[in-house]
Amino acid sequence: MSDFARRFLGSRSGMIGLVLLVLLVLMALSADLLYPQDPWRMAGRPNLPPFTEGFLFGTDQLGRDVAAGIVHGARMSLMIGFASSVAAIGVGVVVGAVAGYFSGWVDDVLMRLTEFFQTIPSFMLAIVLVAIFSPSLESIVTAIAVVSWPPIARLVRAEFLSLRQRDFVKAARVGGHSRTNIIVSQILPNALSPVIVMASLMVATAILIESGLSFLGLGDRNFITWGFMIGAGRTMIRHAWWLSAIPGLAIFVTVLALNLFGQGLSDVLNPRLSRSTRT
Amino acid sequence: MAQVRFLLIRLVKAIMVLLAVTVLSFGLIRAAPGDPATVMAGEQGAVDPEFLERVRERYGLDRPIHEQLFTYVAGVAMLDFGDSYQHNRPVMELIAERLPATLLLTLTAFALALIGGLLMGVTAARHVGKWPDALITVAALLFFALPLFWVGLMAILLFSVQLGWLPAFGMSTIGVNMSPIERALDVAKHLILPASTLGLLYLATYTRMTRASVLEVMDLEFVRTARAKGLGERRIWRRHILKNALLPIITLASLQAGHLVGGAVLTETVFSWPGIGRLAFDALLQRDYNLLLATFIIASAFVVFFNLVADLIYSLADPRIEVAS
Repeated sequence: MSDFARRFLGSRSGMIGLVLLVLLVLMALSADLLYPQDPWRMAGRPNLPPFTEGFLFGTDQLGRDVAAGIVHGARMSLMIGFASSVAAIGVGVVVGAVAGYFSGWVDDVLMRLTEFFQTIPSFMLAIVLVAIFSPSLESIVTAIAVVSWPPIARLVRAEFLSLRQRDFVKAARVGGHSRTNIIVSQILPNALSPVIVMASLMVATAILIESGLSFLGLGDRNFITWGFMIGAGRTMIRHAWWLSAIPGLAIFVTVLALNLFGQGLSDVLNPRLSRSTRT
Repeated sequence: MAQVRFLLIRLVKAIMVLLAVTVLSFGLIRAAPGDPATVMAGEQGAVDPEFLERVRERYGLDRPIHEQLFTYVAGVAMLDFGDSYQHNRPVMELIAERLPATLLLTLTAFALALIGGLLMGVTAARHVGKWPDALITVAALLFFALPLFWVGLMAILLFSVQLGWLPAFGMSTIGVNMSPIERALDVAKHLILPASTLGLLYLATYTRMTRASVLEVMDLEFVRTARAKGLGERRIWRRHILKNALLPIITLASLQAGHLVGGAVLTETVFSWPGIGRLAFDALLQRDYNLLLATFIIASAFVVFFNLVADLIYSLADPRIEVAS
């Protein structure tokens, strides 16, 4: 077993997060097997409480099965969280690497841009973006990515600034490697571990942003999401508490799992950083 | 002198950010699918040819694009965001009306989060590795994973629906005659749930930051020296550890305070709090984009303003800042 895996297995929070995540992913993958019918379809009498025969989590005001919505919603949450984080990391790594490697005016311009995106209120920007380009899977993923990349860019830039002075990079330069080659195959692999740690936290934040957007009615109406379920159940809170309580718990468990997983990764990949900031 | 220069630079920077936000908003209107006049008039306004014509004229939409940009930026600089068709009133009037409610909510939430975070963070650091630390650390971890709007709903379910202790909606009881003191108490009662909800997320952040910062200072040389000199524990904590650990927290905290306004959209929507967050949500429902963009620009202005305040606090509290800048 590799050193990495052994150390990760030793991290309690990391392991709890990993197990929860695996369960969530399995649930999302098997959504069509568990609930083959459309989650939007009327499945029973309206407003049945949880643990009613045949309906683990009850039904909503239109008789839709809440459990089916939870299982299908897991797919959307994880997918949007993952896709937007991949996009954000892509942009962040490119911006950070270019800024950190070239420094000078390139660095200045890119860092002012990064600061700008960090200053403006991110959730509001996401709302404005999705509203103006009308809610769809693409616009939601893009909006979350647009508001999420700056921390990655700053992190990668800082790593590049310190790594590019190192001997192995100088050696590569003297050895006639191209700039792209040095950036991609020499420096980048060494700068990735903090990025990986931040990535899992980023997926968690992306899921929270997505749920907030669909709660406000800015979700893609072709797919059921947890945030939408909470928003729809909100008016029923006095009579049918489970309609908003259960999807919220689903979000909570997912985000918690990702945070714990990220904590585990952080313990393994940067033990030094982790000791001073771990809470 | 150096401090004045530092603050001036920051001020120029703040203005540049606001200018960029305005240009971004303009860019979004142009980039949106369809006629920009329709985007700005919103769904309802676009049906009214007269209003549409007014928007076209107001923003010079038949002119070249750089003139349009100039008209837009100049308008925003004079706090003129045009009219909202839905409300049939100037956008700025609507915002000015709602601003006090948002300020009350966000500042209360901020104060709650900061005080709670400092107390919890210091407590955790003092008992590092023992049960209070473990408890607070786990609590912060859980708070971090909570969706804000869901916490609000669950709070309504528990404290309003089940227990009947606190009002669930709005900012004050309508239609009752009250003395000013009764009125203030009434608003305070309405404020408890939304402010605690909004503060919760930041509570976790401040707790973590405080704990980390105190732990870092505790390890430093001068604390060990103070202890070696035989100073009392209490004195060491008050004069040496807390004083040095809290300064960065307060600055970092005020840097984030502006973002509370963004978070207020969800909280105000859940609690029907009559602030600009709720206004943004209504604008969203009615597709009143002129109003929506105005709330976005105002929210950004808030963040920029709080950043300036943070810089000011920092430069007053730490004279070494000129070296760093």
